[in-house]
Amino acid sequence: MTMLDDKLGDRQRLSYIAAQAADARLNVELETEGMTLNIGPQHPATHGTLRIIARLDGEQVVWAEPSAGYMHRGYEKLTEVRTYPQVTTLINRIDWLGSFANEVPFILAAEKLMGVEAPPRAQWIRTILFELSRIANVSLFLGDLGVQMGAVTPVFLAFRDREYVLNLIESATGGRFHPNFDRIGGLKDDLPAGWVQETKQVMKKLRNFCDEIETLLFGNEIFQSRMRGIGVIPREVALQYGLSGANLRASGVDWDLRRDQESPLAWKHADWKVFTHPDGDSFARSWIRLQETREATKIVDQLLDGMPAGPVMAKVPKIIKVPEGEAWVSTENPLGEMGYYVVSRGDLGPFRVKIRSASFNNISIVPWVLRGVYVPDIITILASLYFILGDIDR
Amino acid sequence: MAKVPGLFKGLGVTFSTMVRTLTKGSNTVQYPHVKEAPPIRARGVIALHQDNCTSCMLCSRSCPDWCIYIEAHKELAPPRREGGKPRQVNKLDRFDIDYALCMYCGICVEVCPFDALFWSPEYEYSEPRITDLLHDKTKLSEWMETVPEAPELEAGADKKKK
Amino acid sequence: MLSLLAVEIPYWGQSLLRVLGGLVAVLLPAGTIVYLFLFKMMSFMQSRLGPMEAGPYGSLQLVAEVGKWLQKEDIIPDNADKKIFKIAPIVVLVSTFLLVAVVPFGPDAWFTNFETGVFYALAVSSISVLGILMAGWASANKYSLLGGLRAAGQLIAYELPMVLAVVGVVIQAGTMNLQQIVVAQNSGAIFGFDFLGNPYILTQFVGFVVFMIAVQAELTQTPFDMPIAESELVSGYMTEYSGFRFLIFFISEFATAGVFTMIAATLFLGGWGVPFAWFGWSGIDDVSNWMNLVGPVILITKMLLLTFIVMWVRFSYPRFREDQLQRFAWKVLIPVSLVNIMVTAVFKVVM
Repeated sequence: MTMLDDKLGDRQRLSYIAAQAADARLNVELETEGMTLNIGPQHPATHGTLRIIARLDGEQVVWAEPSAGYMHRGYEKLTEVRTYPQVTTLINRIDWLGSFANEVPFILAAEKLMGVEAPPRAQWIRTILFELSRIANVSLFLGDLGVQMGAVTPVFLAFRDREYVLNLIESATGGRFHPNFDRIGGLKDDLPAGWVQETKQVMKKLRNFCDEIETLLFGNEIFQSRMRGIGVIPREVALQYGLSGANLRASGVDWDLRRDQESPLAWKHADWKVFTHPDGDSFARSWIRLQETREATKIVDQLLDGMPAGPVMAKVPKIIKVPEGEAWVSTENPLGEMGYYVVSRGDLGPFRVKIRSASFNNISIVPWVLRGVYVPDIITILASLYFILGDIDR
Repeated sequence: MAKVPGLFKGLGVTFSTMVRTLTKGSNTVQYPHVKEAPPIRARGVIALHQDNCTSCMLCSRSCPDWCIYIEAHKELAPPRREGGKPRQVNKLDRFDIDYALCMYCGICVEVCPFDALFWSPEYEYSEPRITDLLHDKTKLSEWMETVPEAPELEAGADKKKK
Repeated sequence: MLSLLAVEIPYWGQSLLRVLGGLVAVLLPAGTIVYLFLFKMMSFMQSRLGPMEAGPYGSLQLVAEVGKWLQKEDIIPDNADKKIFKIAPIVVLVSTFLLVAVVPFGPDAWFTNFETGVFYALAVSSISVLGILMAGWASANKYSLLGGLRAAGQLIAYELPMVLAVVGVVIQAGTMNLQQIVVAQNSGAIFGFDFLGNPYILTQFVGFVVFMIAVQAELTQTPFDMPIAESELVSGYMTEYSGFRFLIFFISEFATAGVFTMIAATLFLGGWGVPFAWFGWSGIDDVSNWMNLVGPVILITKMLLLTFIVMWVRFSYPRFREDQLQRFAWKVLIPVSLVNIMVTAVFKVVM
């Protein structure tokens, strides 16, 4: 019921209009205007150097715009003068939290151009490492969600349990954050002894972690009142703005590239669910990522059980020259849909690589979704959209 | 604000974590006093086996950062057998890796056809001056002592090496 | 306290001792106990050990912190209002010292014995709001201003539940004198059983909960730490402060936490005393002199218990948004505490 309803008497309506008029006169006389607030680029809340220019009216946002580019490292230019192994090293650093996942679409594109198929064992290990990097990435998101809201404990629990996953990746590949493990035709090396057993233990610990976070953070009434109904993105808007990953699934779109796309990787050999949520608010996005972490642990468990034996590298020449052509491959990365469009002219390195990163499209919705929200909600909406600056700016 | 059990269960999680830390110890390691050993394959520092290196320049060319500096000259070495010809060998003058630039990607180690470069999990070599991060061939040869044996592979792996 | 020494000290000597005692009473719990408790407990809840290097098991960490902050440069922004910028931290700290003046530590170990101790305590605790507003305004920083405004709204909103929760205690005790409230709790009896005394937490449980929530908000601790929302405003009204001035804010945060929980312990848990029935005392004059030495220890123990609860909640919950916070205060806490007062008054008249 608004003040201009018919149920109210004339007198009340007239007094309301008079009050509005007085207010307007005050606004003109006092010349109050909104305050322009710069959130970032140096700010604890943004995941890196993102600048959001917000025009506030009191505590409400009237207009907001993200200004990215503070971390642009020129990846697409860098790849023009490097060979394929060197490019693999570089692109680890785009989404630095789930870094193995960055290598996979590029290598798949190069293999497509070469017409080479990695042996099944390599595809399975690739999938396992892919899901491990998804777990590493999203468990940090779950901890970080708490910090953006003031709950300082979940982030320590997240780092504690993420260490196990990073140690696993390190014992297999040699690097915790930048594995640099994928090669055209397979993987660099096989797994060390005892890795399968250890991974199963770690997956149990991560399921416990997911339960703890669910009790500590998601079950918390304060958290729910901060996240439910905030930053609602309807289905059509999400599709139009090109969101992907958990953001899209939270708006009710049942779309997961692991299931819907033909891929040489081993996802079809495991039994897992895709989660969607009808609400499209911040809580939905966070909840879906929590469930996806659990599903990822189940995928890893199943794939470990059924891993085929064999070589991890196909027969490829020592010096790899990819034949001429163009290929586009995209995968369901932890942040969303990441794809590489590789143009090759038959050289040692690609001629041109176009990187479609998930976060760049995910933050395009920021001006739309931040209209009319309060300042604290800016932080929670950005936290739930989940972007990594390396992914936005490349 | 209707149901409050969620709030109390959250308190229970932090309390039980506190009890667990007090009774079973924390998940952290007090670093300078206690050091955890990194896994065998950890990429800590690159070690050089000088005798194997023929200065073919493959590592230097494949480094994404171009941080390996090699200078060599040709020498005549005595023949292997009696009555043979003297062979031409490459003698290393300079083999520097600049760890200020190194990305620890491992392409050089992988690409070397003569097994002259190895990974070692040593990581405590930070220096106060950045120029000291340029390790010359003597220092790189010293790292060879810390290179571990390659770990055994998991069941189902192919036994033959690439 | 002074009768222990059996020496006549002139009035100016007594006042000097009281001032020194006040400084110690505030800085000791703040300096060592609350701070250590806070950081070590927080760390244990996060599966880590916390400060371990400074002193054995990190016990001297505060000394290291103080040293660190003291040797930092004292920066004042160019556009800041210099006089107010400098006075603001001191205003916040002064309110804590004024507040501890009225807390009784033993039968004779008190600084002042006001007849309207409770009224004075609640009034003086509002002075820190002024200090925070001054800090936020004088910093010439949009973020600090936002923090200061949020703080003003929040702290004023939560004054009311605090006052109303305490009114129930006052009705039940029949006096506003904190010393007599302690005596009333410890010499009272529940349905004839006097081995527990009559700590008001049992009968005034609702008031206790409301008071603790209001204390959490007055200390701007999570879940009510919008003014210092770290992930948004960096440090809110404290952002532009560095060096010694920040140290004053820092220390006053812990000191105020200690003093507020001391007042809560006094009002609800029986303060410095143990139930008089344990020793067969029948009134305040009967209480032996050694209680003057043991009383502070008992009070500090009770204070630590309440501080544990405050900090426990601080580390487990995310924060409220400003409007949710205000809604909670005005629509939930105030009606609940008003109902509490009504019920207490009815019971007091009936029984």
